[in-house]
This record gives sequence, C-alpha cells and structure tokens, in this order.
Amino acid sequence: MSDYPLPISQVIDPSTSESVRSTFLENLHGWVVTVDHKRLGILYILYSTFFLLVAGAEALVIRIQLAYPHNHVLSAQVYNRFFTMHGTTMVFLVGMPFLFGFANYIVPLQIGARDMAFPRLNAFSFWLTAFGGLLLYYSFLGGAGLYGVGNAPDVGWFAYAPLTARSFSPGHATDYWALALIVSGFGTLGTAINIIATTISMRCKGMTLMRMPLFTWLLLIVSMLTLVTITPLTAAQFMLLIDRYLGGHFFDTQAGGSSLIWIHFFWIFGHPEVYVLVLPAFAIANEIIPVFSRKAIFGYPAMVAASVAIMFVSLSVWAHHMFTVGMTSVSNAFFTLSTMLVGVPTGIKIFNWIATLWGGRIRFTTAMLFCIGFLFQFLIAGLTGIMLSVSPWDWQLHNSYFVIAHFHYVLVGAVVFCIFAGIYYWYPKATGRLMNETLGKWHFWLFAIGFHITFDTMHCLGLLGMPRSIYTYQPDRGWNFLNLVVSVGGLIQGIAVLIFAYNFIVSYWRGEVAGDDPWDAWTLEWTTSSPPPVYNFEEEPEVHSRRPLWDLKHPDDPDWEYES
Amino acid sequence: METRRVQRLIHHSAAAWLLLRSAMLTAQGTSPSTLAPASTPAHQIFDLSVFVVAITGGIFLVVGGLLAVALYRFRARKTDPLGEPAQIYGSTQIELAWTVIPVLTVVVLFLATARIIFAIQDAPKPKSALDVTVIGHQFWWEFRYPKYGVVTANELHIPVSSDAAPAATFLKLTSADVNHSFWIPQLAGKTDLIANHMNAMWMDPQKPGLYLGQCAQFCGSQHAMMLLRVYVDTPEQFDTWIKNQEHPAQQDSAVAAGRMVFERQACMNCHTVSGTAATGRFGPDLTHLMSRATLASGAMDNSPANLRQWIKSPDTFKRGALMPAMQLTDEQLDQVTAYLETLK
Repeated sequence: MSDYPLPISQVIDPSTSESVRSTFLENLHGWVVTVDHKRLGILYILYSTFFLLVAGAEALVIRIQLAYPHNHVLSAQVYNRFFTMHGTTMVFLVGMPFLFGFANYIVPLQIGARDMAFPRLNAFSFWLTAFGGLLLYYSFLGGAGLYGVGNAPDVGWFAYAPLTARSFSPGHATDYWALALIVSGFGTLGTAINIIATTISMRCKGMTLMRMPLFTWLLLIVSMLTLVTITPLTAAQFMLLIDRYLGGHFFDTQAGGSSLIWIHFFWIFGHPEVYVLVLPAFAIANEIIPVFSRKAIFGYPAMVAASVAIMFVSLSVWAHHMFTVGMTSVSNAFFTLSTMLVGVPTGIKIFNWIATLWGGRIRFTTAMLFCIGFLFQFLIAGLTGIMLSVSPWDWQLHNSYFVIAHFHYVLVGAVVFCIFAGIYYWYPKATGRLMNETLGKWHFWLFAIGFHITFDTMHCLGLLGMPRSIYTYQPDRGWNFLNLVVSVGGLIQGIAVLIFAYNFIVSYWRGEVAGDDPWDAWTLEWTTSSPPPVYNFEEEPEVHSRRPLWDLKHPDDPDWEYES
Repeated sequence: METRRVQRLIHHSAAAWLLLRSAMLTAQGTSPSTLAPASTPAHQIFDLSVFVVAITGGIFLVVGGLLAVALYRFRARKTDPLGEPAQIYGSTQIELAWTVIPVLTVVVLFLATARIIFAIQDAPKPKSALDVTVIGHQFWWEFRYPKYGVVTANELHIPVSSDAAPAATFLKLTSADVNHSFWIPQLAGKTDLIANHMNAMWMDPQKPGLYLGQCAQFCGSQHAMMLLRVYVDTPEQFDTWIKNQEHPAQQDSAVAAGRMVFERQACMNCHTVSGTAATGRFGPDLTHLMSRATLASGAMDNSPANLRQWIKSPDTFKRGALMPAMQLTDEQLDQVTAYLETLK
C-alpha cells in the first residue's frame, strides 16, 4: 500500500465529528441534506424497516380475518385493500429499499471507494423512493373519489386490467397505486444506474472485476436487471393512466383493448423482479457463509457465471405466470422449459454454498443462523418452483395458496431471512455496536418456527383447492383447521419481529462495542473504523486478491497465490 | 426397462402420496381437493404431479441431507486446532458434475411435462361432446348450452362419462367484464375468463355427484363469493334436467301480482325470464331459478326467506354485489318472492 494520505484527509479532521456535538436540528438537517452513501444507506434501511412493520401488521390483520371461516374482522373491501397494500408495500417499499440500502452502504466500502459515483443522484433517488411510499400510504386518507368510493388501492399488487379501468375501479385509489410506483420506480432506476457506474468505475487499485467481492458482483447484476425490469412496469403504469384519464384503450377491454397486454407487461417486470429481490439475498449469503465457515467461497468464477446466467434466463420466463390465460401448447412448453432451466444455475449456487460449509469451522452466530435458514428454505422454494413450472400442474396450483406459499418461501424464507442476516452482520459496522446475540437467537428460532408453521401449511391449503385473494371461505371446504394453524404461525412471526425491533433499537445504545472487525472478516469494509468516517478510507486501498484482509492477516499464505 | 423402473417409482411414491391424501380426505368431507381427481385431465395432472414430487423429493433428500451433514460435521468445536481450516477455492470436475446432473434432471422433467401439456391441451374433441359457453361476470357465472338454447347461472350440469358411453364436456370461456378463472380442482386445471379472448378447456367426469370450486382470479370486492358448483349427472338425470331447462318459464296466475312487480320495477332490466317480457342480460337468467340449490353464486341456500332478504338487501349476504336494493315495500317483496318461487 502507498504511504501518503490523500489531500482530503487534511481538510477533514476526523476528530471533529467526535468532539463537536451538534444540536438536534442541525443533526436532522444533516440527515435530510446528506449525500453520504452511508447515511443514505441507513436511511433506506430505517425506511424499509418501518414499512416492514407496517406491511407485517397488515399481514397479521389479514391472517386474523382468515383464521375462521366467515369471519367479520374486515369487510370484503377493506380486506382487498389490505392484501393489495401488503403485497405492494413488501415488494416496493420493503424488499427493494432494503437491498438498495445494503448496496448503498456496503458497495463503496467493499470496492475501496469514497462514495457512490453520483452522490447527489443517490440522495435524489432515495427521496423519490421515500416520497413514492408516502404517496402510496396517503391514499388511505386522500384516495376517496368523487362519490366517496375508493380508498387505498384494492386491485391486487398485480392490478390486472381491466379491473383497474375507471368503470371497475372508480375514485383515485388505483391512481395512487400507479403514481406512487412510478415515482418510486424512478428512484429505483436512479439508484440502479448509480450502482452500475460505481462498480464499473470506482473500484480501488488492484480490484479487477474478478477480484470484486461477490456481494458487489451480485448488486451490479441486480442493478442491470433492474434497469430492464422496472421500465416496462413504469411504461405500463403510464399507459394505465392514459387509459384512465386521456381516453386511451390499451387495456380497456370494453373498447377493444387487451387485458393480456397488461398481464404480459406486468410479468415482464414481475418475474425478473423476483430475481431483483432474491439476488441481493444471495449477495448477503455470499458474504456471511464464507466468513462464518472460515473458508473462501467455493467456486467464485462459477458463482459469478451462475448469477449472470440467472439474470439472462430470468428475462425469458415471465409467461410461467400466465399458463392459465390460454396460451398455445407450444408456448406453455417453452415457458415450462425456460423456467426449469433457472434451476440449473440456482442449483450450482446451492451446491457451492454447501461446498463452502464443507470442511469449514462453522460458527453459529445469529447472522449465520439466518443464512442457514435461507439455504434450507431456498432449497425448498426452488423445488416448489420446479413444481409450478410444470404447466399442467400449474393449471391446478396457479392462484392457489400453494403459489402464495411458494413465493413467501422465496420472499420471506430467502429474502427476509437474508435481510435479517445482513442486519446482524453489518449493524456493528454501521453503529459501532453489536446486536444482542441472545435476543438474536430468540428472534431467529421464533421467526423460523413461525415461518414454517405458516408457510408449510399454506402449501397444503393450495393442494386442497383454496384460491388466493379471498376475504373469507366456506366452512365446508376442509380448510378451517389449516387456516387457523397458518394464522397462529403468523402471530409467532409477529412476536419474533417485535423482538428484532427491540434488539435493533436498544443495541444502538446498549450493545457491546464492536471494534473495526468483529467477525474476523476479509473484505475491505472491515478495514475502516466502525462506523466508518465520512470519507471511508484515508488513502486509496490497494488489493491483490478477492480477500484483501485475509492477505493482511495471513501474509505467509496469501490468497493471490491461488487465484488465477 | 427404464420405463418400467420409472413406473415402479411412480407407483411407490403414489402409494405414499395416496396415504397422505386419504388422511387429508377423511378430515374434510367435500373439499375441492386437487388430490382427489375425478376426470381425465385432473387424473393426468395428478399422476404427473406424483412423478414430479418423486424427483424433487429425491433432490430435497440428497441436497438437504448434504447440508445437514455439513452443518453437523463441520461445526466449530472447542477442540479445533488454532488457525483457520484449509482453504479450498473450487474444483472444476465437481462443479461440472453438479452442472450436468441438474441439466439431465431438467430434460427428464421437461419431457414428462410436455407429454401431458399436449395430451390435455390438444386433445381432439369427440363428436359427441357437449358444448357449454361460460361467461364470467362480477360476481357470478353464466352458462349457455348452445345446442339446447338453454341459459343458466352458477350451477353447471354436465353428464357423467364412462368407458361405455364417453361424454366429454368442452367449455368455451370468456368474460363480460373483468378477468375471472374457472376452477373445479377435482375435474380439471383452471382456465381464465378474459374479455375479448375466447379460451377453451374440457373435462369428462367419471363419477356423478356435486363438485365444488370458485373463481380463482381476483375480480373485485366479492371475488370470494363467486362460488361455483358443478353437478355431474347420470345420463337420465341430465336429460331430465336439460328438458326442464328448455321449457319457457311457468305461468301461474296465482302469482300475477308478483310478476307485475318484477316487470314494472327494474328487475326485468337485468334478468331474463324466458316466455315473458323480461329479457335483461346483466344478471343471471331466472327462468328456472328454483332448479338451483343456491342464490347469489353460492353465497347462500336457495330458501324463500333467503330469497326475500336477498331482494330486500343484497348487502346482507354479499356486500359489493352489483344487484341494487330496489326499496320494495314488504307487500311487494312478498309478491315478487312468491312469483320467483314458481320458476321451477
């Protein structure tokens, strides 16, 4: 490494931030106007944690309503609003902001950069996303239309046309849905562009693409995929608004438009979107599993190649959401095959993770436990995904609780588990304090048990013919007991999340002081102080391998001797 | 040789599956379960699903087992020597192996699936097949039998099929408004009903009886109460039923007052009663309302008290249904209920 500090370290004296305490207002102002990638990352995480609690509460009310047949906790209309808002919130206000929060915080640190490529675009994107979310939730207050009809959106997060046409969806509820997602969609695009530019052009000396940490690699891939997926959704939402207010007939079947066009647009966005959410989960697991197995990731080039393959294949599978709309048998066969093929690169990843564990010395920290939960659940989610790709079977399973169970296995069992893992893992870096491990383990076990009680049972309900999106069901269908079980599991998960929230808040003041590198890890973010200074690195680091800290800690046995 | 082994595999896993299924069935009565197929497409799907479960289950056991072994065997112990374990960066041979094996598995699964896709979707339509057109509405089903000129709602009657007298039913499906989906799990997979878009499906139920289902595509506030009943009749039952449906509505002078209410209030704008002036198309055809067991697409039993309450205030049973409360007087309600009770 070079010896001379960059000039900026003379301008900014790191000691001042410790010694001068600013007032509350100055502090708040600092957070609002910040362009620092770390602060924006934290803002993203806080924002999505808040909405995780909101959408989780919505899910619990939904489950209370469904605990018994003919229950009257929610009316049909309110139930429809709740499941629409639960889905929309979880995907757009929880999943993506969480992952962009991690990306914002971690990517520049991992590649030895001082900030993102476009710090002000970064801030702009965050605030677009944030106000998009607020706009969506403002619909609960402001969505009432001319005749008092409409409130929060109630058309499902998929918003199939023509239910969204003005004749079937009067008032402004659907407009809030479309506009809020257009706004937050632009924020998402800005962040995606920023991450691509950062990873392509801001890497420190010696960090070739094939030495980039897998976390950063995956976020690069996700960002490229985001550019391709969010745009059709935004376009379709503009078309919807044109239909609703400017006399367009894209989706208006009453005037010769096509419902199928919407469905295609939505899933051309919607399926790659699943990978936009799950690849960052892989990214987190790629960091945590090696560190707590005490081994380098097995098959790094294969992991990169598999991720790129998933990106490309994921663009060709959208119509597996459409096996029941009446495609030809050849189309059904094509999308069956393309969907099954996703299983190959995904399988490679799972094998590589197991091979990373193999021969290691596995430390069962909370972060690692959540990653292990992820591995088991993602294995099952992948296999139920294969079942759903079998189009004749999908004619039965489509829109049933089996599908609900499957995608919650992906979005909760994989994505949310990895988000929790990531929080336990990087919390000490961002705050300087460790989260409490005892509470963490309570959180993990309760959440995992609740998760399985809920979602394993949902598979059975689907096989027994229970369709999704219904606010109540008939008592004679044989679904009563299983629904009660699902609801009980939901409550257990709710308790687990409250424990997490308590731990998350209290550890900020009471947590054990972490030090720079509490996990004995290997990537560049652990060379900085915890929390890192505004400028991240006093001098530009120089790396010679994929695990620069391993090289530092084991000068006798450095990685670069083995990497090609 | 190979096929026989696959068949044996299917048989074994089918046995385990059936055990699970019978356990579930005893607990439930009339569940619209996908695990109790009663028609050729449903059977073919079920058999395919058993094969897929066998393969994916095998994968789960192997991979999940490896994961469990790795976690147990390589857990950190106090007795571990100092320092880090041996670092292994990869192995081309092993990685090649676990790329090729999944590819082969995908090929097998795909071929098995493709066979069933074509067998079900491209099955030729026999000359003897019964045609029914299904039209989805918010939130009820319209069934039309073009050959017989019969129109009914919410309760579909089709004949049973046997080897001696095969009688498949071919459905054409479309929608009058938003998207819906027709799903009777025991008879066939679901097919969406989409406006401006004609879909098709078929079934040949092998056992008479009542089969339950409901709309499977979210279609608005009362999607959950868009229930569906399919009566599979013996040939004799079906003949009797269709003959009765072919007749125009009964004219009973005893309930002329009720008929007057029906035709002078807005009822006839939305409902048809054949043989009378009522020819509305927005709501279900009421010509033979009393031949149906339920009202409002299965929301409640078809009893005089329920019928009267439904006309008085549809919100009682199905808030959000498009039928308006007509603000009839008690006397008018009694009269119109009495009239509808004669539409057998």
